[in-house]
Amino acid sequence: MCLMKSSESNGETPPAVYEAMAEYDRWGRANGVLIDSQGLLPSDAGAIVSLVDGNIKAVDGPFTEAKELVGGYAVIEVRSYDEALELGRRLMQIHKDNWPGFEGSVEIRQIAEF
Amino acid sequence: MGDETTRAAIEAVWRLESTRLIAALVRIVRDVGLAEDVAQDAIVAALAQWPASGIPANPGAWLMTTAKRRAVDAFRARAKHDAAAAALARELSESVDEDPGAGIDHVEDDVLRLMFICCHPALTPEAQSTLTLKLVAGLSTREIARAYLAPEATIAQRVSRAKRTLAETGAAIEEPSGPERADRLETVLGVVYLLFNEGYSATEGDDWMRPALCDEAVRLGRILTALVPDDPEVHGLAALMELQSSRLAARAGPGGEPILLDAQDRRRWDATRIRRGRDALARADALLATAGPDAEAGPYALQAAIAAEHARAASVDGTDWDRVAELYEQLGRRTGSPVAELNRAVALGRARGPAAGLALLDQLDDVPALRGYHLVPSVRGDLYERQGRGAEAAAEFERAASMTANERERQLLLRRADAARGSG
Repeated sequence: MCLMKSSESNGETPPAVYEAMAEYDRWGRANGVLIDSQGLLPSDAGAIVSLVDGNIKAVDGPFTEAKELVGGYAVIEVRSYDEALELGRRLMQIHKDNWPGFEGSVEIRQIAEF
Repeated sequence: MGDETTRAAIEAVWRLESTRLIAALVRIVRDVGLAEDVAQDAIVAALAQWPASGIPANPGAWLMTTAKRRAVDAFRARAKHDAAAAALARELSESVDEDPGAGIDHVEDDVLRLMFICCHPALTPEAQSTLTLKLVAGLSTREIARAYLAPEATIAQRVSRAKRTLAETGAAIEEPSGPERADRLETVLGVVYLLFNEGYSATEGDDWMRPALCDEAVRLGRILTALVPDDPEVHGLAALMELQSSRLAARAGPGGEPILLDAQDRRRWDATRIRRGRDALARADALLATAGPDAEAGPYALQAAIAAEHARAASVDGTDWDRVAELYEQLGRRTGSPVAELNRAVALGRARGPAAGLALLDQLDDVPALRGYHLVPSVRGDLYERQGRGAEAAAEFERAASMTANERERQLLLRRADAARGSG
């Protein structure tokens, strides 16, 4: 799973990023490697429910403090670790090419098989 | 970046790009062998340059441009003798110059055409599946050899013979249309399903299954749904493979021994694949519904519907066996396959008791296609066993064991024979 992380202070997503992501999606599906992908709305539409010191509490978004909010995810199925890295690199390349000043990261996690 | 890391990255790029690279090159150079050669040349050039220069931002486009340049060189060399090659060399060199890196546009068309070419009727089924694994799945000769348990030289020979056959029949660039296209699509689906089955239930050798082959087939099925989104059977096949493969992890024990449906831990079934399988099946059903009231589900969609019934059930006893029997009945009517009837006997045995299953099995005794098929005595043994006829069940399991070429399956059947004798 690729988790796209960035600070919300990067501002509005430029339309060119949406277009490039749509192309990435199309390519990934036509290549049989992309299983599922979604963008996530900004954190003001979300909440965090936490358990601290035995207390469960809910906090509404937005989370202005957070520098690494998950902005979207892609579930991929590839044959090697390096293929996953390459797919993650492409996600960053899309942002580099289409979103001046963007800073963020892709976290790649393997889905556990039991 | 170290050389080792770059090498691994280049291999990953090749895995991800080789299909559409070769597919686009086939359109341009009109020769499968040459397309693969120049694609290989491009990857060799990448291995020489990328460790020093770094991996380019768009590695696929870089490989495409390099491969096209190699193709121009090849045509120029050939052009000294051949006017047609001279024309191609001119045409191609212009397209390389004017738009470096482009030419990976008609991706879907190109890849589908490549699949059609790999499944050309002039090729044997073996050659079709091998070429599909090589060119569409992007597996190396060594990997294919491992999957087929064949010597690498045999596979290499099969590939080069297939490419020669294609060149001789002038098949490389034709793109069928109309009924011929439908036929060819059916062959493509058949080849992909063959690959899946080869992996799901290895017909020979010591392995009960070869998951890597299944995974490749599932991937090819997914590619096909993107390439041919309007065909119910394409989605039916994808659904079938997603659903069946969801059980891969649960089908074998730690020592590689088979675990049958009754004993499988359903928590180990892959939920993502089940969900994808159900989605694909729903898509197949929806397409069928728009095709008119007389449209009937095809064999893949029917088998997928059966697999979906198993996936839906919490246990073997909780399975809607009547529905499964009904689906097998439709499948048998649709395909005329006696194997569907054999499976219906199993489902009836579960739905209405072993006697009902045995009654249908008796009708299948004289079917020539089932003669020598080890699953007939295996099913009979199972039904006898559940009637408490232990000795007869054991004899059937032993007969089945003597008929299978798969060692794991043979051992399982012999174990079942022992168990049945003990209980009877």
